Order: sequence, then C-alpha cells, then structure tokens
Amino acid sequence: MQSSADHMISSPVAAPAEPTCLLVVAHPRLDRSVVNARLAKTAGERPEIEIHDLYEAYPDYQIDVAAEQERLLRHNVIGVQFPLFWYSVPALLKEWFDLVWLHRFAYGGNAPRLASKTLFCAASTGGDERSYREGGRNGYSVEEFLRPLERTAALCQMRWAAPHLLHDAPRLRGERLEQAAQGYGRYLENLMRETVI
Amino acid sequence: MSTGEILVRTFVYLLAGVIAVPLAKRLGLGSVLGYIIAGAVIGPGLLSLTGDVAAVSHVAEFGIVILLFLIGMEVRPALLWQMKGLIFGLGMAQMLAVSAVITPIAMMLGLSFAVSVTLSLILAMSSTALVMSTLEEKGQRSGTIGRACFGVLLFQDLSIIPLFLIVPLLASNASAAAAEGNPAAWLRGAEALLAVAFVVLAARFAVRPLFRFIAATHSREVFTAAALMLVVGVAALMTVVGLSPALGAFIAGVVLSETEFRQEIETDIDPFRGLLLGLFFITVGAGLDLELLRSQPFSVIAIAAGLMLAKTLAMYAASRAFRFHPIEAISLAVMLAQGGEFIFVFIGFAKQFALLPEQLSRLLPAAVAISMLLSPLLMLLLDRIIRRRTAPPQQAEPDLQFEDRIDVIVAGFGRFGQIAGRLLQANGQRISIMDTSLTQIEILRRFDQRVNFGDATRLDLLRAAGAETAKILIVAIDEREQISNLVETARMSFPHLMILSRAWDRRHAYELLRLGADHVESETYESSLSIGKEALIRLGFRAHRAHRSAALFRMHDRSLFGSSRPASADESGFLQASKAAASTLAQLLAADLEKERSHHGQEEDWGTRGLYGELTADKAAASGGGQT
Repeated sequence: MQSSADHMISSPVAAPAEPTCLLVVAHPRLDRSVVNARLAKTAGERPEIEIHDLYEAYPDYQIDVAAEQERLLRHNVIGVQFPLFWYSVPALLKEWFDLVWLHRFAYGGNAPRLASKTLFCAASTGGDERSYREGGRNGYSVEEFLRPLERTAALCQMRWAAPHLLHDAPRLRGERLEQAAQGYGRYLENLMRETVI
Repeated sequence: MSTGEILVRTFVYLLAGVIAVPLAKRLGLGSVLGYIIAGAVIGPGLLSLTGDVAAVSHVAEFGIVILLFLIGMEVRPALLWQMKGLIFGLGMAQMLAVSAVITPIAMMLGLSFAVSVTLSLILAMSSTALVMSTLEEKGQRSGTIGRACFGVLLFQDLSIIPLFLIVPLLASNASAAAAEGNPAAWLRGAEALLAVAFVVLAARFAVRPLFRFIAATHSREVFTAAALMLVVGVAALMTVVGLSPALGAFIAGVVLSETEFRQEIETDIDPFRGLLLGLFFITVGAGLDLELLRSQPFSVIAIAAGLMLAKTLAMYAASRAFRFHPIEAISLAVMLAQGGEFIFVFIGFAKQFALLPEQLSRLLPAAVAISMLLSPLLMLLLDRIIRRRTAPPQQAEPDLQFEDRIDVIVAGFGRFGQIAGRLLQANGQRISIMDTSLTQIEILRRFDQRVNFGDATRLDLLRAAGAETAKILIVAIDEREQISNLVETARMSFPHLMILSRAWDRRHAYELLRLGADHVESETYESSLSIGKEALIRLGFRAHRAHRSAALFRMHDRSLFGSSRPASADESGFLQASKAAASTLAQLLAADLEKERSHHGQEEDWGTRGLYGELTADKAAASGGGQT
C-alpha cells in the first residue's frame, strides 16, 4: 500500500516562518485517559502545535497516507505522544510509521522530505522510575525501549530530541499531575525555542 | 341561541383572546393573565358581551379535563410511583397545613367545625389549570419546582373524591332531611371504584385495538375524533358516577401512556387543550363579580389577600419540612397560593345544602377569582426578586423530566433505522423511535421495543418525539421524497438538531446536504463495498489487502463526493459533476493498482543498505530503521 506518496512529493509545501509542531497523540482510550489527556490539553494550548488524535482520525486503522504525508510536511517539529504499551508504541502509531514513513518520502532517495526536522516523543509508563533501570524490574531504561524511534530519526536524517518521560502514570493525580503538565509545557516551550528553521 | 348569536359570541371570545394575550405577553404578564383580563373586560361587569357565562364555563372546564389527560399521558406509571413522596407526602402536608391555618378562622366566623374543615380543604386547593399553564409557559414544568407543584396538584385532585362524598354528609349533620344520604354515599363510593376500574381496563385492552383499526384507515381526522371521543367519554362516565372528570381523564392518560399511539393522540388533542383552557380563563375573568367588588372592595380583597398569605405560609412551612431549599420553597408557596376552580363547584353544591351563609358564598368565589388574577402577578414579582438576589441562575440539579430526556430521535425503524437504533441503545443512549408501519410496530413490541406510531414528517409529531431537546435526528424512513421533506422541515424548525440522513443515491445525498442535513449516508453503499471486498477475498486476495483496497476506495470516493459537489441543483450540473467524479475515481484507483504491480517487480531498492553511506553523521546508523 505504498501508494500515494508520489502525489505529495511533487506538490511543494511552503515552509512556515515560525517553527510549528505536529503532535501525534496515540491513545486508544483517550476518553478514559487521565495523564495523556491532560498532557494533550497542555500541548493544545500552544498555538504553534497541531494536535493529531490518531485513534480519533482512524478508528478503523485505514490511514490516509497522502493526507498524513502532507501533514508531516507542514511542520518543522514532529512529536509522538503515547502510553508505553508492551515496551513499545500503541499499535496504530506503529501502523502510522509503517504506512506513512515510506521509502523516498521519509528516508532514501535523493532528498528525503523529513530531513533536518526534529523528532521527539513523550511517553508515559505504568511503572515507577526505579523499575526502568538496568537490573530493575523492567530490565532497561525507557530510553533503551525507545531506541526504535531514535533510530527512525537517524535514518530519516532528523534531529532526535531527548524524550519527555512520565513514570507511574496510574498514580499521577491531583497536584502532581498539574506539576507534570506544567513540566510538559516547559519541555515543549524549550523544544520550540531551540528549533531553527 | 340562534346560529347568528353563537357566531357573534364565538367571535367576541376569540377576539378578546387574540387582542389581550399578545398584549399581556408583550408586557411580560403571561397568557393566563391576558385571558383573565380579557374575560373581565368582555364580562357582565363591564362590556357585557359574553352571553351565558355559566354555559360557556361548562365547555371551558373541559379544557382542564384535557389538560389532565395530556399530563397523564406524559406520566408513565413508573414515574408516578417515583413521585409518590411528592404526591402523598408533600401534597398531603400542603392540604393539612393550609387547613390548620384556615379552619380556626372559619370557626371564628361562626361555621361549624366540620364545615370549617371541609371549606379549608377546598380552599387549600390551587388552580391546576393556572399553575400548569404558567409552568409550561416558563418552561419549568419538568424542573424541581414543576414536579413538586404537579405532585401537590395531583393530590388535591385526588382529594376531590372523598370531599364530594363528605359534603352531603355535612348536610345530613345539619338537617335530618338528608339522613338517607348516608347509604347513598356508600353506594356512590362503590360506583366510583367500579368506574375507575372500568376506565383502566378499557384503556388497557380496548383502546389499542381501536386505534390500530383507525390508524390503518389513514384518516387523520377520524383519529383526532377518536382521541377526543375517548377523553369526552371518560369525563362523561366520571361525571355520572360523581367523580372529578379531570381525575378520570388523568387515569386514562396514565394507562394510555404506554401505548405506541401516545404521541399521535397527544399531538392531535393538544390544540383543543390550549383553546379550551384559554376559554376557561376567560370565563374566570368574566365570572369576576365586579358589582360585589365595587360595593365591598375591602372584604373581597382582604379575603383574597388573607387566603393567599395563609396558603403561602402553610406551603412554605410544608416544603421546608420536606427539605426544599428556601428559594424553591418560596417559589412553590407563591406558585400554589391562589384558590382553585373547585371552589366554584363547591359553592354551588354548598348552596344546595345551605352550608354557608349567603354573604360568604358570594364573597368566596370573588376572592378566589381575584387570587387567580393576582397569582400570576405575584409569580412575576417573585421571579424578578429571585433573579436579582441570586446573580448566577441556579443550576442546582440536572433537570429531571416527566418523560426521560431523549438523546436521539430515530425516524423510521425498518431495515435501515433498526441497526443504527440498536447500536445507540446498546451504548446506553436514550432514543425515541417513530414509525408508520403498524405491522412493524407490532413485531417490535414483541421484542419489548417501544415504538411510537407517527409520521415523522409532521412537525407537531416530531416535536412531540422530543425534537426540541434531542441532540440528533436520524432520518431512516423509506421514501425518497419523504426523506427530503423531513430533512427540510427539521432543519428549519430545529436549528440545533444534528441531522444524519439516509440517502437514496448520490444525487439525493447532494440534495439532502443542500436541504440542511449534517451528514448523509448512501443507503446501500457500505454493504455493496463489503460484498465487493468479499469477492476480492474469494478471488484469492489476502484479506488485509482486500480490506485495504475497500478502504482506499471509500477514502477516494468520500473526498470526491466532497470536492465534486455540483454547482447547480439541476440535472445537467449533477451529470457533469458525477461524470467528472467517476473518471477521477477510476484514475486514482488505476494509479494505486499500478503501484501495487510495480512492487511485484522488486526493481526498487527500498532497503536501507544503500543508505548507510549517506548517514555518515551517525556511524551507528547501520543497525536499524525502515523496512530492515
């Protein structure tokens, strides 16, 4: 199904003057989510960020490749925000990478279209910080589990920004959640400030 | 009365209403007050244009009967059970409290204890017609106050039965002549019970077949006639056995609330209710004894004010005892402060048995009529004060409804509407279903699915189904023209309503969008696509590829549907647009197919081996990424 990429490659997309960000939020039950919903709200308050609720856009997993590629081209910073599922990204987010980040669009060819953009991720986990360590209950740090995303950035010649991590999401409530949301806001703020077009 | 006279009188009544009501509403006084004032103006006291008021008021009182019938239809038995606390608790407390205040005063005026108690109970009654009309006009009928008022009023109506039995007994106390009233009263009780049982049974078992028979003839006026006949019949029966006809109508309404004809009957009878209630208030105004008011203004107004004060205090105490918020309690108290129309009946009755002194039996009806005139004014005043005191309007609790609030109306519950409707129900959404096919309704009833008989393209029925408060209307009826009609009507009358419609074909879909539908679904599209996908799978395609092909087809088709919307609604515009769309779709699909094929050739190097050199910046790049 590596279909519509070529339509898009031929159509020029004007680069915006100020850096903008596409934040792909992947949570199958965002309606029940507390942490990810709160983070998405914080991000949504920033005018330069376009929130793309992936499970809402493609409930049947039938991703519109052309539309997604065009969306990626519109922005300078690409972020993916998700809860860690089985030490990895939720299934639809993986499908999105599989279908949209195609050869000669995202990587390879003479001029891959995402090169020099920034890629970051914001992941929440169900375990505490101590468990995500060498020798801890989960065996490795979250950074290790996020290597596939890091390598994706590298292969596409993108800049990889340090991930934003929130541990212990099921117990992150009340005042602590508010602080976490503010922290996310500062993270995004810095990220956008550091981005040079 | 000659025909000419009847026409002239009718014209006078209608004219008075037509002039006074809009004026009163413009002044913010509400239509009830408008009618009463109009009645006073044309009544015998001033212009004397009304003719025989007593005769007219008999007709007009039928408005109250219809009102209670309609209220009964909206009160399902389950809801009535839910409200038992309000009816028997608050209702009884109100009557007892008022009686406790008024009885000693009446005894001071020299009445016997028994007569005083009876009189105080009758004065405790409020005007159902006035209160319910006012509540409805203010849109508060289903709120906390509306429900409490209704509970109290219902108890008052119920208490008419024993009061009717007691009054002759009082007379028998007074004079030996009526001594044989005793066994008669006992007999009348049995008669009354039988009559009520008859109404319940008949409404339960005879009415549905009757209406089904009539509905099958598709003659709307006969349906209306039958509905009216039903109410008149019940009222007549109740009058014969000496019960309140309004109460009988209420019981019949409750029993009928479970049938599929509820909405249709309600909608057909409603105009009669409005007109007759208007007439009723006019007769109240016309019945104002202006002569008495002129000669003894002080007594009449003192009695009216005293009555209202006593009722307000008693009701306030009663509702505070039932844990109502002070603001709610004062609203309730003012709402129910006026005297009820039953006093007029009772005075006539009391005259027969000479229970009251002559003077009092002239003053009381005048005072009650004055209280009915003052009551809307007081409510208005109270509204102003409350609004000023409590700056943000209170949103104390969710609006509990007489009938449950509806989320979605499903118009048409045949092959199409059923699936959507069942999905919504399975997800806990409250839906209101309308259908015109009696056989369909009958089948669905067997599955315990409540369906209302009614043509959704009729605006009044749509409103009765809840279109004013529902969020979504699903148009799932069969006929192409009817679908367009319904979408157009609903869009014009209910701007807030989201309209999702079934479309016959693509052209119809465009038409519906133009008429104001928010979303259209071509009725055979999804199933056809599904069968195409199934065919692909059976031809040897991998299931996922067939699925993805169908999805791509849908995606292209959807976007073409949006982009090739015809500029003009006529034939040529549509043909052009659809031809262009068809050829574009063919091209897009062919292009996709072409790409599929080229992959089989394996010419393209999509692996990452060739990239390693490019990624010199990061030596570790060799380990991953892409389709490694």
